[in-house]
Amino acid sequence: MKKRNKFSVPSKYLFAGMALGCVLLMGISFVTGFSGGFVNTAAGYLFVPIQRGLNSAGSWLRDKTDNFEALQEAQELNEKLQAQIDELIMENSQLQQDRYELAELRTLYALDENYSDYDKVAARIIGKDAGNWFSSFLIDKGADDGIAEGMNVIAGSGLVGIVTKVGGSWAQVRSIIDDATNVSATVLSTSDPCFVNGDLQLMNEGVIRITQLKTEEGAINKGDKVLTSHISDKYQEGILIGYVDEISLDSNNLTYSGTLTPAVDFEYLHTVLVITDLKQTAEE
Amino acid sequence: MRRKIAVFLLIILCFILQNTVFQSLALASVSPNLLLVVTASFGLMRGEKEGLFTGFFCGMLLDIFYGRVLGFYALIYLFIGYGNGIFHRLFLDEDIKLPMVWIAFSDLAYGLLLYFFLFLLRGKFDFSYYLLHIIIPELIYTVVATLGLYWLIRRLNRWLERHEEDLPGKEEF
Repeated sequence: MKKRNKFSVPSKYLFAGMALGCVLLMGISFVTGFSGGFVNTAAGYLFVPIQRGLNSAGSWLRDKTDNFEALQEAQELNEKLQAQIDELIMENSQLQQDRYELAELRTLYALDENYSDYDKVAARIIGKDAGNWFSSFLIDKGADDGIAEGMNVIAGSGLVGIVTKVGGSWAQVRSIIDDATNVSATVLSTSDPCFVNGDLQLMNEGVIRITQLKTEEGAINKGDKVLTSHISDKYQEGILIGYVDEISLDSNNLTYSGTLTPAVDFEYLHTVLVITDLKQTAEE
Repeated sequence: MRRKIAVFLLIILCFILQNTVFQSLALASVSPNLLLVVTASFGLMRGEKEGLFTGFFCGMLLDIFYGRVLGFYALIYLFIGYGNGIFHRLFLDEDIKLPMVWIAFSDLAYGLLLYFFLFLLRGKFDFSYYLLHIIIPELIYTVVATLGLYWLIRRLNRWLERHEEDLPGKEEF
């Protein structure tokens, strides 16, 4: 797109050309899955350091508006305790999961499967989606730190999202409350399969949608845990997504759908953990 | 050259502010669209061509960091920059009302385009919800942000134009 001083292209041709270029680029990136490659890496080195600094400024500003100084100490303590609670909830859900697993194991044959210790990398959130339509965010770890596309992201006690794009020093994470996200899940108490979809409309109410739940009347109660399913090809098994809020029978009289309260508070998310183990798929 | 660098820096500043500080200051989880203000302002103040390039660059930044498909936001911002550029000849430097109206229209068009391509085509038909909860609040917030940002952009533009007049080999953008 070099311009010369000597002659200049009329702007309508330029407009048409560039618009066409964009459409072509969209086509290429849609068909080949090309998402920037070296451009991502280069842009990352330019922006990430500034963003990191400014984001801490933003967080600071928010902290100031949200809290009184005197509350800070209590907050620190609260944070610590919250972390502990998160840890315990995680552990608890793991244990419960183990119990159900054990029951299954006794009736079925021995599975030599053991999922608990995933390798994790901590990352800081450095920017949120600039628009108001989707909820993805950027983290300050990227390919240089071993992050790859498709890795699961958790925070505290539950699932946050999945890495969808990677640059050298940054990565894009699409959260589970994002309107375009779909997670294959299972209800812990009954092992019923279902899907969890993010929804912009429900996002403001702090819940997400749960659909295609195959279960029996009354088997699932409010507050039941929903975990990622073993049949998902993107998400590791047994990560807590949230708690059932309400469900009702669909008009097809076969499946249930309703809402779910996520285990993670997306409003106040600052740091996340990226699970660096990728889900094993059939091709591997 | 000076102009290009200045505009480049302004876009980067707005991009970074928009997805860090302003996301923390979001009201009802809606934040203003600063890049749209920049694109529309330069289109209005400088004409189609500059609006075109400013828009393309803003959109590309969004595509790289937050897009699903490369080129989508670039195309939308390109249209907005070009569209505002058409009204360049109606533009009076002193008046802030006209730019505000055009920026409001641009944001409305932006919201509608995004709804159409990213939501309606996926079968999300509850238009009134999206209009009342996303498009209109974003529009209002953006217009409010325009009050501050437009003043800054106009100062920058005047400063650049003054310097360009001094230079013997005036560079066309």
